[in-house]
Amino acid sequence: MGWFNRSAGKKQQNEIPEGLFAVCPRCKAHIYKDEYESAFKVCPKCNHHERLTAAERISLIIDDGTFREFNAGIKPNDPLEFRDAKGTYRQKADDAIAKTGLNEAVVTGSGDIHGIRATFAIMDFRFLGGSLASATGEKILLAAEHALRMKRALLIFSASGGARMHEGIVSLMQMAKTCAGIARLDRAGLPYISIMTDPTYGGVSASYATVGDINLAEPGALIGFAGRRVIEQTIKEKLPDDFQTAEYLLEHGFLDAIVNRSELKQYLHRILQYSLGKKV
Amino acid sequence: MNLEFENELAEIEARIAELSKLDSKEYPQLNKDLGSLRRKMKSLTKKIYDNLSPWDTVRIARHPDRPLFKDYIDGMCSEFIELHGDRRAGDDKALIGGFATIDKHRVMLIGMVKGRNVDEKVYHNFGMPNPEGYRKALRLMKLAEKYGLPIVCLVDTPAAYPGKEAEERGQAEAIARNLTEMANLEVPIVVVVTGEGGSGGALGIAVGDTILMLRYAVYSVIPPEGCAAILWRDAEMAPQAADALKITAESLLELGIIDDIIDEPPGGAHRDPETTIARTKDAIIAALQRLKRQSSNRLRDGRYNKFARMGRVKQTRS
Repeated sequence: MGWFNRSAGKKQQNEIPEGLFAVCPRCKAHIYKDEYESAFKVCPKCNHHERLTAAERISLIIDDGTFREFNAGIKPNDPLEFRDAKGTYRQKADDAIAKTGLNEAVVTGSGDIHGIRATFAIMDFRFLGGSLASATGEKILLAAEHALRMKRALLIFSASGGARMHEGIVSLMQMAKTCAGIARLDRAGLPYISIMTDPTYGGVSASYATVGDINLAEPGALIGFAGRRVIEQTIKEKLPDDFQTAEYLLEHGFLDAIVNRSELKQYLHRILQYSLGKKV
Repeated sequence: MNLEFENELAEIEARIAELSKLDSKEYPQLNKDLGSLRRKMKSLTKKIYDNLSPWDTVRIARHPDRPLFKDYIDGMCSEFIELHGDRRAGDDKALIGGFATIDKHRVMLIGMVKGRNVDEKVYHNFGMPNPEGYRKALRLMKLAEKYGLPIVCLVDTPAAYPGKEAEERGQAEAIARNLTEMANLEVPIVVVVTGEGGSGGALGIAVGDTILMLRYAVYSVIPPEGCAAILWRDAEMAPQAADALKITAESLLELGIIDDIIDEPPGGAHRDPETTIARTKDAIIAALQRLKRQSSNRLRDGRYNKFARMGRVKQTRS
């Protein structure tokens, strides 16, 4: 229900039974909820791809019953003992854990895509905006090391507002740390496929998300380094509507392809067959 | 220019300057008075600089008289041959580099240029690189690797430039590429944060084997003003944010992010650029001598382990 209430934003019309229809956050179309769910939250009218949780992403991409999560117990660290106007980071992290049932903004593990075993890191935007911090970086590095050890492909699904401020410089360093893991895979000739989903920004776009052997994105996903508002304030002009969309990035040469969610699993399977030539 | 917490210092400085103009033959007490003023100056400087808040440190790191990359080039290198262009789109003016000789070491020297007067600042885009800067830096680092030269990077930038064209040309990818490729380089990399270490814009040339920081430099994931605007909903709370973010050299040393602090002379680098630059040069030479003894494999593995250790989190069983 969480996503439903959030995307609807306001009260439903009285004659429509509560919970039967979802409202597309972009075109506002009413969609029969079962249809919306079985399409993994893609609007049949306007092709808007609503954000998925890590669990939904796993059931979309990974063969049933093959996902084995690892390092699930790694939780946020509080190296700065950070506190802001609203309270402590520790409390904020505990709230996020309680709210999402996750221990961090990324879920890592191994699983199959149509029978090809791979290592996965899947970000979940609900957990503190998918922010990159020490435990997030640690899990991603461990996933890269796992792929290296098992001689498998690494697939990372990004969804993040950027580095987590509450861990300060330690968060920043996770950019270098995760990229060091990617660099090792690269040297070993192992494939790394990056899938950018809405949104992928800041410290995540400026680290592992944009250096895939293959960079993919979902339609309409917003991807960028600096946020639109920061840029508009800096250059003092209005940015075009399609600025920082996946389509805009494809046009500027930073993506290999934009893939519809309904075709993503099949697409990844096809790519993996080319990428593992040396290893299988 | 003096910062407000330095007002008292500036007053004594002015008095010393005034008295210094007088003739000591005419005023027998003059030398004694000057001596006591200088002693007072020294103890006051120490008192002020021993009690700086993180926000004061930010102000010092951004001080207009603080030595800039070009001052370091002039002060440290017997030769500097600037190499231009990223071979893709342009030649960034905020991030430059080239062959340099520091003492007897031939290196690839790379750093951000801020500029001192208004014209220079505009020309160098206030030290905020575009993607071309990071791509040029990477080209030069690869060249250094090919020629077996160590790399020295001096970091002083508010941020990577948040502009429209910067996004179009892949600011994020340019930085990410550097982080990835720097992890693989087979030559020593020495990094010194000399002024502002502005987030990803700084990190884009800061994946080093030895990472040093000047005493009053800062290095942060976000500028304190930006953090305050988001988490305190008020940019005026920047001093509080600066405190919470732990951005000073001392904090970074404690957190295991940097390897050592280069001490600044009393009253900060802007009071004595020459000594600051000489100490920086000495620290770079010492680091180069240490790193040059290591094999390329050991360097690369050491760099990997160094970053892997940052923010290491153990699994907890609940």
